[in-house]
Amino acid sequence: MSPRLESYVPVVGRSVIDQLEQLARPLHGARVVHVNSTRVGGGVAEILEKMVPFMNELGMEASWEVIEGDQTFYATTKTFHNALQGEPVAPVNRELQHYEDMNAANAQRLGTTLRQADFVFIHDPQPAALLSRFPDRRGRWIWRCHIDLSHPSRPVWKYLRGQVAGYDASVFSLPDFAQVLPHPVFIIPPSIDPLSEKNIELSQEEVRATGAGVGINPDRPLVVQISRFDRFKDPLGVINSYLLASRFAPELQLVLAGGGASDDPEGETVLEEVNRTAADLPGVCVLPLPTTETSPRIVNALQRAADIIMQKSLREGFGLTVTEGMWKGRPVIGGNAGGIRLQVVNHQTGFLVDTPEGAALRIRYLLFNEEERLRMGERAREFVRENFLITRHLREYLTLMVALHHKTVQGRIEL
Amino acid sequence: MAGEFVIKDCALATISVGRRVQTLRELRNAVRDVPADSIYHHFWGTLLRPSYSEREYNNDFAAWAKRSLHDQQLAERLAVIDPTGFPDIEALRAALVEELEECLDECTVIPTAALTEQLYFLRGLLVVFDTHRRLAAPEELPAAAAQMSTASIFYHFIDARGRTEAGVDDFRAWLTCLEDPHEELQSRLASLDPYFGSLASLRTRLTRLFAQYFQVPTTVVHP
Repeated sequence: MSPRLESYVPVVGRSVIDQLEQLARPLHGARVVHVNSTRVGGGVAEILEKMVPFMNELGMEASWEVIEGDQTFYATTKTFHNALQGEPVAPVNRELQHYEDMNAANAQRLGTTLRQADFVFIHDPQPAALLSRFPDRRGRWIWRCHIDLSHPSRPVWKYLRGQVAGYDASVFSLPDFAQVLPHPVFIIPPSIDPLSEKNIELSQEEVRATGAGVGINPDRPLVVQISRFDRFKDPLGVINSYLLASRFAPELQLVLAGGGASDDPEGETVLEEVNRTAADLPGVCVLPLPTTETSPRIVNALQRAADIIMQKSLREGFGLTVTEGMWKGRPVIGGNAGGIRLQVVNHQTGFLVDTPEGAALRIRYLLFNEEERLRMGERAREFVRENFLITRHLREYLTLMVALHHKTVQGRIEL
Repeated sequence: MAGEFVIKDCALATISVGRRVQTLRELRNAVRDVPADSIYHHFWGTLLRPSYSEREYNNDFAAWAKRSLHDQQLAERLAVIDPTGFPDIEALRAALVEELEECLDECTVIPTAALTEQLYFLRGLLVVFDTHRRLAAPEELPAAAAQMSTASIFYHFIDARGRTEAGVDDFRAWLTCLEDPHEELQSRLASLDPYFGSLASLRTRLTRLFAQYFQVPTTVVHP
């Protein structure tokens, strides 16, 4: 069961929760539906697990629907995903037709719920084509794009733009990710949940026991990257940086851990490559995490066991694992990509790097400068507390909904 | 604002203007014609926006000049522009354009940011609501400030400067109308620079300032 908002008072303060309750008053009774493509795995599902119960607690009637698709559908939407992040790939017409057909089938299945909703949040491109099936909709439809659309493959964006232009508003995580659309484009960075299994405080004993379970020696330095086994997360580049840094820090250990998502068919192939590369490296632990209830707590413990968190992505949406690492009070070495650029500020919360060589250099620097490493970690945690917890995210959703409810997105609204 | 002090709160929605700039010249052109609420947002709203770094400059234009154009002199010149010194946003815009024009006149090479370091124009939509909390006397300020949300601090201490006739924060505007205007407290409030640090740290400073003035123990702000 999700924690209630009251449980967040010790973390964020009473005033934050009071503010949410006051802001939600004009939305009491509103029917809100979130639609995405997977119930488990990935940042969107994690956010919705909390956001939906919170909205209910604040007096709305919120629900979460997941679209259904077959292998061809998910392969097509994965191609979409890669193309929208700049890869020169594109679905063929037959695949686009299948994408629309699957959305039409889902529209039929979810028809009554979506037609009656006051607010419909459609997350990412997979269910984006639902809108065209509801010309008689009564509520406000919002397209929530979690991925970086700054340099999309143009033909794919042109197609998708046709699907999303008719929404009442869209939401992007960063201004850099957004495209110009014929409706208000809101900017809402994502967030983490400090009370989730992945982020809640753990005892030293639990952290040590989890580390020991995967062969970590607590007396040796540890770098951890938590991410899906995806080429854009550059796991091979991380191993390379480990090899370069371990020449100067032979005791160094590296853990690459991550789960899969049911809408990502490429994960297995990448994992095999990573396993082959790490096979002869005793200091490297590759840990595929199943989508079970215990995995988030393992991730939490591994991040707390780490001296340095790595997120060396080549392309990234927002990169919430960075914020998670920062919440554990650890500096982050992040790839100079997507939302990582916003989160990692050189010498303040970690370092941005462009190459495995750069990552290796920063690992060595942080291991050498323990005092600075600890100071950066503390500062990182406070930035997250003030700006990137789920209560702030919820507040921004409520503000957007109040604005759309009042049918104005200009100036100020006095409630 | 005589009588009770009405504690309000606010929440910000950030909206993209759909305009981005990479060079100083593009910045000048955009500042000329973006909506007024975008200019407001880049001076004031930036305090309410989530951020991962400490503020070094009092507006986004100065911060961008330093961080992305790598032009410290320009950053310093833009940072000195005080938005409270102008009767309205259009006057502020004119002053900003004038400063950018001057900088452009002095350039031998137009400062240009990397492609990944462009400035994106935003505007804010502020939703303001009543907390239904009221203060009958200034002596209640120390405890009240500690309990205010950071956005409420923003609304009363920062946003007010563009809202009130005298261009001051709501606390001073209220005190002025009281029988005892607590001039020493007003003077201390005027000395508190609101632009730097986070809103949470501003709340802590205000709470401490009120407590010291009224000689009561400082209420601990948690967390």
